[in-house]
Amino acid sequence: MQINKFVIGGVLILAAVVVLIWTSTTQSAEYFYTIDELNAKGVGAVDRSMRVSGAVIGDSIQYDAQTLTLSFEVAHVPADNLAIESEGGLAEVLHQAVLDPSRTRIKVVYQGPKPDLLRNEAQAIMTGRLGPDGVFHAEELLLKCPTRYEEAVPEQAG
Amino acid sequence: MIANFGYGVLVITFLITLYSVFAAVYGERRQIPALVESARRAMLLTWPMLSLTSAVLIYLLVNNHYEVEFVYQVTSRSMPMYLKITAWWGGQAGSILFWSWLMAAFASLVTLRKWDRDREFLPWVIVVACITMAFFIGMNVFFENPFAQFYQTFDGIASYTLKPADSVLFTPPDGNGLNPLLRHPGMIIHPPMLYLGFVSFVIPYAFAMAALITGRTDDRWIRLTRRWTLWAWLFLSFGLVLGGRWAYDVLGWGGYWGWDAVEVAAFNPWLIGTAFLHSVMIQEKRGMFKQWNMILIIFTYCTVIYGTFVTRSGLLSSVHSFAQSPIGPVFLGYVGLTFISSVALLIYRWDKLKSENQLTSLLSREALFLLNNLLFLAIFVICFWGMNYSWISELITGQTATMGPPYYERAVTPLFGTLLLLMGVAPLSAWGHSTLQTLGRALWKPAAGAVIITVLLYFTYTQKPGALLGFFMIAFVLLVTIYEYWRGADARQRSQSENIFTAFWNLTGRNRRRYGGYIIHISMMLMAIGILGIEIFQVETQGTLEQGQSLSVGNYELTFRDIAQWDDAPSGVNYRRAVLDVYQDGKYLGQLAPRIDYYYESQQNMTIPGQRATMKDDLYVLLVDWEPVAASGATFKVYINPLVNWLWLGSFLFLAGISIAAWPEKEAERVAVRVRTGVPQKQTSAAD
Repeated sequence: MQINKFVIGGVLILAAVVVLIWTSTTQSAEYFYTIDELNAKGVGAVDRSMRVSGAVIGDSIQYDAQTLTLSFEVAHVPADNLAIESEGGLAEVLHQAVLDPSRTRIKVVYQGPKPDLLRNEAQAIMTGRLGPDGVFHAEELLLKCPTRYEEAVPEQAG
Repeated sequence: MIANFGYGVLVITFLITLYSVFAAVYGERRQIPALVESARRAMLLTWPMLSLTSAVLIYLLVNNHYEVEFVYQVTSRSMPMYLKITAWWGGQAGSILFWSWLMAAFASLVTLRKWDRDREFLPWVIVVACITMAFFIGMNVFFENPFAQFYQTFDGIASYTLKPADSVLFTPPDGNGLNPLLRHPGMIIHPPMLYLGFVSFVIPYAFAMAALITGRTDDRWIRLTRRWTLWAWLFLSFGLVLGGRWAYDVLGWGGYWGWDAVEVAAFNPWLIGTAFLHSVMIQEKRGMFKQWNMILIIFTYCTVIYGTFVTRSGLLSSVHSFAQSPIGPVFLGYVGLTFISSVALLIYRWDKLKSENQLTSLLSREALFLLNNLLFLAIFVICFWGMNYSWISELITGQTATMGPPYYERAVTPLFGTLLLLMGVAPLSAWGHSTLQTLGRALWKPAAGAVIITVLLYFTYTQKPGALLGFFMIAFVLLVTIYEYWRGADARQRSQSENIFTAFWNLTGRNRRRYGGYIIHISMMLMAIGILGIEIFQVETQGTLEQGQSLSVGNYELTFRDIAQWDDAPSGVNYRRAVLDVYQDGKYLGQLAPRIDYYYESQQNMTIPGQRATMKDDLYVLLVDWEPVAASGATFKVYINPLVNWLWLGSFLFLAGISIAAWPEKEAERVAVRVRTGVPQKQTSAAD
């Protein structure tokens, strides 16, 4: 009897935690896609929050300071670190991605101030949804420039 | 040359730690006290040796020896002296050395104490401390040599530990420098504080293992390390708070905690350590939870090692990059091995760790402590899962996924809420047996007070149900804790005829851990007020203004006055600084000056917010964009972070509370005996 109530209590707590983790995971995990993968998914990917990374095309950056609307295009870069290293490092991969017109590109729209680091050949990591129009609507925009610092630093917010 | 000397000292220290391990084990097994003593002295040698190595490294850092790869990576000529010195822990290789150095200092401190009564622990404490040190020093010796130098060979320039044949030493004219984002006082003290916390947790773990190996599994090891645990907790907490403050001041997203994998990695040992801190009290008071405490300290140690490395090993970004660097697999192997051997030891001694008392009542103090432990552990599991989900999902589905703040906030909030409630109930429940009636009698007054406060808040401050629930619980815990404190002081005031302030002072002094604990609980509530404020009431807006134009947010109005740009040649920084007038309800309050600092050397911006802090709210203004040529004006982002300063106030009180609880007391042992005799079913073996 004594033991039972503690066992029941423990099982209840365990069950609650498992449920919490399970539901939070399924609801909040954000899958990471490359532009190619996103393109392949097409309509299937519409309206699901995800993270996408690509190389920023400098010429395509447009910013309307009045409405704070930012739009630009990103080109496909591989996500695999081994592939990146074998192609000569992140800076080189980003450089090639921007130069190569045959790479898949998508248009990105973002509302907010223009981040400091948004420039040609920066790596944009965007969280948001792919609209039915094929435009990626970013809610969060992180930018990484190939850095010479060893230390990993949290990205500054855009 | 001098770099080679530093490396040589490091190698010798590595050998010393190995010797110490073998001498301690062999001396203990064969009962040769002289050999154990030799192991102890060898261990005492590690700290001076590592200090010498570190002094060499600092010498190289300060004197611009850019032929050394580490110096090249973390410093540059334009950096001021103090930053060159603190660059010691500014990169991987140096921070591992720093870790070992701290570890050696603590291990030495421990072995310098009197061991008369605890002789049998000594060799095993030496073994655990020296294995840990050998592992870290070995990392430096074999994989991450801070003294590796650049040599030019026919194939090009690369860094080598030893001079390759037919090569010339290569000295770059200047170094890379430290990332400007990290040149903040918070970020300079933050890593050493975390490391201090991490390293101090190794000491209780070493004693726990010694207790398991020797079979002396009473609560002696807990008593011996109680203070270490508290200091570890203090440093770790301070480190986390500093990290939060840094993020708030430097990263410019108006927040202090982003559930970033790096943050979570440092948070994990804190969670387990907090659970441990609570449950050791049950073992001391009631002789229960012995197995559980062992499990907790093993977990703490493993999360400390895991946390130190996982963020740098590349595991969290991708499984593939993890396999690339040798560090990852080596440390994972180490964590795995220590975990398995610790657990094996625990299973071996499992029966000796039987509880002396039974849990009987669901509402007794010990049952509530157990619930507290389970909640902390649950939060840990959630954090651990979230932090590692990226590579788990990559292994299982082949698709990387990350867990952002929504995951953590969703999963962790109800658990922290329950913990909060528990913080109010537990101090009033009785040991052994407690019923709803006895608890209800103790709790109704604070609960009624909390209801009144909540109603007042409903009419004056907010109608949001979530916020009101939060405020109710905070008020409840605050009232319970203050009431408890006051009751003690009041009784003392009467019996000792002291005035109320002396009574408070003496009460705290007499039972530091208990009342230090209450202060910590109160500070937690202040922090909770701040967290609630920023999570629920944060308001943000942004806009592009021309000079003279205004932007209003909440009851504030900001008028853009002026903007200027200038170069500061010696430090290589370009400043853009805007000035805004701040009005609240039409009343002029003063000016704020958000800045963008541009570092030429690294081509990097740093956004410095303009802040106006009051206990009611924080006005936090960022200059996000301004180009001198374009006449379109400057863009600002403005946050109102209500109540956030309670978070910082709470942090200070929190540190004060831990210091009180951890402060050495001369008569601790004697007092403990006196208290102990009052407890029924006392544990004879531990009453020393």
